[in-house]
Order: sequence, then C-alpha cells, then structure tokens
Amino acid sequence: MTEEEIKNARAKAEQGERLSFQDALALYEDNDLLFLASCARKLKEKKSGKNVYYNVNRHINLTNICTSGCPLCAFQCEEGDKRGYVMETEDIAKVLADAQKVKNLGEIHIVSALHPTKDFDYYLNVVRQVKAALPDVDIKAFTPVEVVHFSQMTGKPVREILEILQEAGLSSLPGGGAEILNDRVRKKICPKKATTDQWIATIKTAHELGIRTNCSIMYGHIETIEERLQHLFTLRDIQDETGGFQAFIAFPFHPANTQLSHLKRVGSWEDMKMIAMSRLILDNIDHVKAFWIMLTTPLAQLALGFGADDLDGTIGEEKIIHEAGAKTGTGTTRERLRALITEAGMIPVERDTFYHPIKEAE
Amino acid sequence: MLATVEYKDIEEKIERGERLSREDGIRLFNCSNIAWLGAMADKVRREKCGDIVYYNVNCHVNLTNICTSHCKFCAFGKDKDSKGAYAFSVEQALAVVWDAKKDPNLAGLHVVSGLHPDWTFEDYLERLQALHDEFPELYLKGFTGVEITHFSKISGLSIQEVLKKLQAAGLKSIAGGGAEILSDRIRGELCPKKATAEEWLEVARTAHKLGIKTNASMLYGHIETLEERVDHLIKLRDLQDETGGFQTFICFPFLPKNTELGQSIKQTSMWDDLRTMAISRLMLDNFKNIKAYWVMLTIPVAQVALSFGANDIDGTIHKETILHDAGATSPTSLSEDHIIKIIRDAGRIPAACDCNFNILRRFD
Repeated sequence: MTEEEIKNARAKAEQGERLSFQDALALYEDNDLLFLASCARKLKEKKSGKNVYYNVNRHINLTNICTSGCPLCAFQCEEGDKRGYVMETEDIAKVLADAQKVKNLGEIHIVSALHPTKDFDYYLNVVRQVKAALPDVDIKAFTPVEVVHFSQMTGKPVREILEILQEAGLSSLPGGGAEILNDRVRKKICPKKATTDQWIATIKTAHELGIRTNCSIMYGHIETIEERLQHLFTLRDIQDETGGFQAFIAFPFHPANTQLSHLKRVGSWEDMKMIAMSRLILDNIDHVKAFWIMLTTPLAQLALGFGADDLDGTIGEEKIIHEAGAKTGTGTTRERLRALITEAGMIPVERDTFYHPIKEAE
Repeated sequence: MLATVEYKDIEEKIERGERLSREDGIRLFNCSNIAWLGAMADKVRREKCGDIVYYNVNCHVNLTNICTSHCKFCAFGKDKDSKGAYAFSVEQALAVVWDAKKDPNLAGLHVVSGLHPDWTFEDYLERLQALHDEFPELYLKGFTGVEITHFSKISGLSIQEVLKKLQAAGLKSIAGGGAEILSDRIRGELCPKKATAEEWLEVARTAHKLGIKTNASMLYGHIETLEERVDHLIKLRDLQDETGGFQTFICFPFLPKNTELGQSIKQTSMWDDLRTMAISRLMLDNFKNIKAYWVMLTIPVAQVALSFGANDIDGTIHKETILHDAGATSPTSLSEDHIIKIIRDAGRIPAACDCNFNILRRFD
C-alpha cells in the first residue's frame, strides 16, 4: 500500500464516501483506530443520529444436536451425546409462558442446530406455537443455513420453505451462518453446511419475499484479512441489489471448546477496528449491532463510539456462545442497557424487530 | 479533525500545543464523543513519544498486608490478627524473587506494602537492602509517597533523610501509588490515617530534588467529582512544572469488590476508563508517559487504551495480589510474549524498559 493510497482512502472515509476494496485494505493496514472510529461515528450519526437501539427479546435454541459438526462451533453435539437436548412442545410452552410475562416483549429469536431426525414440520410447528402464544411478538427465526437444511430435507425449494414459514408467522431471519462467505474458508470451518452461494441465494429469496434479514461476519479464525474484507463487500453488493438487510453483526470467534481451540480470541483492538471498518464499508446497511453477548458489555458499550448503533437485546437465556466460553451473563435488563447507552452520550431507543421505536418504553 | 463545533476551540488549543485549562478539562469530561477524545490523546501521544510502548519484566513484592491505615477503598490491608494477614521475613521476601527469577528476562522489582504497626523503618530498609544485595542486577522501584511519609513519622527522620537511606539501600525510583485523589475532602473520608495531599506531594518534590524519579497516579471512580479529577491532574501538572521528576502517570479505576466502600459504589465502565485515560494525556502535557495498567483495566481495556493516549502497559508482574484481593478479574501475571502480542496487535513497537524508562530490548 503506498502512502498516496492510504491518504486517498483516509480522505474518502472522512468524507463518508463509498470505499473500494483497495481503500478498505489501505485503511486496515493504516491501523489508525481512532481515526476509523471518528469516521465511523460520523457515518453512524448521519444514519441514526444519537439513537442507539436495543430490544426486549428472548432467545430459543431448540436443539444442539447437529449433523453439520462445524469445527468452529462449541454448541453442537452428536446424537447420543450427554450434552444433547431437544425442546419438545411442552418445553417450548414453558418458555413461552415465561415470555408472556415479559413487559413489552418485542421479539422471539430462534436459532438451532440441524437435527438429524427432526423434520421440517417440527420447526414449522414451533413457529405456529410461538405465534399462537405471542401473536403480537415478532418471530425472527432460522438462519439461511437452517433454511437450506429444511429445503434439502423436504425436497422443496428455498422459496417455498420461506413462504410456508412466513405464512406460519415468521417475520424476519437472523443474520447468522454467514461466517465468512468464501468456500475456501467454509470448507475448513463448516464444510457440511450451506455454501457461500446457497447462503446468498437464500438471503436474496427472503428479501424478494419481503422478509427482512440481518447479516453477519464471524471473524478471527482462519480467514485472511483480504477474505474478511471481501466478505463485507459481498454483503454490500447483496444490499445494493435487494436492500433487505436491516442490521449487520460482527461476531468475534470464541475458540474455547471448539475444534479450533488452538486459536486465540482476537483482542479488543481488532474488535473495535472491525466495528468501525464494517460501519464504513457497509454504507448501505442502516444498523451495525454491537452484540454484547459476544463482545462483553464493556466492549459493546465502547463500540457505540466506534459506529455501532444497536446493542441487541435482553436475551433471557443464551446457549450457543456460552458453550464457546463467553463469560458474559446470559441475560440483562432494559434498565442496564439504557444506562450503558446514556453513559455513552447517546439516546436509548427501544425498538421492535424492524427498528420501529416502542414509545411506552420511555 | 472531527470535533463537534462545541469542542472546536479545545481542538485548536491541542493542535497549537497550548495548555488546557481547568475549565477545558471539565468540559472534556462532559464530552460524549469518545472517538474524538481518543484521537486527540492519540495525536498528542504520537507527537510526544512516538510508537514505542513500554513494558517491563518485573515482579511485585508486597512485604506485608498488615496495615494501620484502613483505607475504605482497599481490599488488601488487614489487621494483625485477621485471617490471611502476613508479614514476610527477609528470607520469605527473597524466596518470592527467587521464584520469579525463573524468568531469565526478569529485570526489576516493584516493592509496595502495608503500613505495619510494629515494623520500624529499619525493618523495611533491611528487606530492601537484602533484596538489593541478593539481586544487584534487578532494578528496585518501590515505596509510595504514603509509605515514605509513614517511615518519616515512625523514625523521626525527615523525608529527605528517609529517601537518602532508601537510595543508599538500592532504591532507584519511587512507585506512583497512594496519590488517590489529592484532595483533603476525599482523603478525610476515605483514607484519613495516611499521608495528606500535601504530604504526598512533598515526598515527590523532595525525591525529585534528590534526583530520584517518581511516578504519579489517580484512583478514580469512587466518591470524587469530575471536577476533583481535573483538580488532581492539575496538582500533578503544577508539581511537574516545578521539578520535572515524574516519569509516568497511571490511572487506577477503583475496584469495589471486598472493600468497605464497595457496598455502595459500582465499578467504572470501560467508557469512563478510556475517557479518563485520554483526558489525563491531554491535561498532563508535561508528562512523557501515561500508563495503561492492565491489572486494573483488564487486558481488553488496556489494549484499546494504547490508542487513548497510553504508551506504557506496565509489566509481567509475576503475581499480583493487592488488586486481586479487590476482585480484579485479570490474570495475576502476563507472559512477556503475551504483552508483546498485545502491543503489536495495536500496531505499536514493544520495548522492555527498566524502572527509569531506559530501553533494555525492543521488538521492531
């Protein structure tokens, strides 16, 4: 990278102009963390002013028994493993009964494993069950990886699967399973699940059907910096085409208890750099989420100064990332999230899945 | 660069290298644009000390945790008959260092202890001398302004005489602790039995006159106001104008766990830690070094702090106890390789130094 290239990239970032891949590489190499933060914050303020969003949600992870055996995952196990579990109708009913008591619950987030014997009807019935118990709550469920799995199990095209789920009450898809959209990387970290093309095709189909989705990156494992940045550009291209992404989430890889446990968790420097770089590159995505469960609360709060405008939610009980050694609590309160946002000099805004403010939360 | 209109005048002052006033400092504490604060501090740091980040391969030796001062923010100090109370003999102190000597790169010791009710100044001096005699190759940094004031009181010697004796026993520089907040309102509430603000400053002043370098610090995040933080920084800056003897400034966030005060006070946020770091760099325009003490800040905060004005990350420590008694969640030691990686990942140049910031090895 020449000094000239770095200078140009910095000028573009400062002006909030669209970055090229070369610009992104130059900024990455330049490594001026606080400069990136300042530019990212400016761009964030253009998009959402001083607002920082959070929601009151509950996570449901239906099962951890999974056929994909991804080396990057600490959550999944094989059938017969004593850690294995599957939630049946009555287990889900219990969770929903608790959820009904939560004031202003906005969203149920359902992400699970690819169970070897549970058929598509099982998952479909869960959506119906949630919808029946909580008719006003948004159901954000199933990553493209799961949707591709449903399609393969049933022989039905992805479009039909999504239409059936939509009909049953699903309103958006979470952003997980994207990892790094590069098949060299996927072959090593998650060889058995949806390929790059399948992930992209599923997302585009969802957007065509009017199902909004999130998107994500899982960084800090075996990917190169070029692959990491290219992933962000892939997401930007999809968004140019469809406009269906609501929020982007950067997941740092947590190596503990995974088959890649010889790797080290990247440092806080890299986390903040990723938040700022993502905000700058993804100029067409409205929201960048600092997912406190993954980052820890202090880093998520700090990320609000690096371009993030969403802390995710109260969550209830999170299982997937805690299996990988996350040391954060499994839930938090509305008051705590609001205090974190206020301390950062921002305005806390409770939102629904679609980023509509919920007024009575004030 | 990217200041909001509101802070344009401060940004211009910083760019001209002009000194910030008390009012400027207070305004900075009310600024929520943390990236801008960090960028300003980072710019000043880059101009003043370049890209080197100092660390040291050291071992903490806490001679005793028995302490008469009962500070409300402390979880380390104990009464003589309390469970877990200890007081090292000469041999025990040497044994700690022999253990740390397993690291061939060990370069120095950091000796800080409680104010033991029965020990005389000679008891402390004897242990220091023994450490120096046994390990002449290790630099000795130790004793805060609080301990030195205590030695003067129990021995009847002047501060200057105490310092000369410590120097003769091998002491090379003085630790930065015990400053807390240099305000007698705060000290009256939290640590009435130990050195006053003026006494602490007088030890530093006297040491500087004798050519002994010292460090400075601030314990924040308890009962002090933001104005009192700024006033504290200005007191240190004034003395530095007078003597030039401070080497590094260390921000200590108060760790509430297991302390008397902790029942009513919550731990500071990373946000507060980083802005305090940045504002310290900006206010302390006559200090060369600002330390991100990883034990208190935790490693993630310390690493990011390197872009909020810090150019020093402290050391390997061997086994930290004072802050771990207060619930510090960081490890009790770090390997040198780990420290080097933390610094490198932040795009900076690691350099191992002695207690007077002489570079021993650097890793370009």
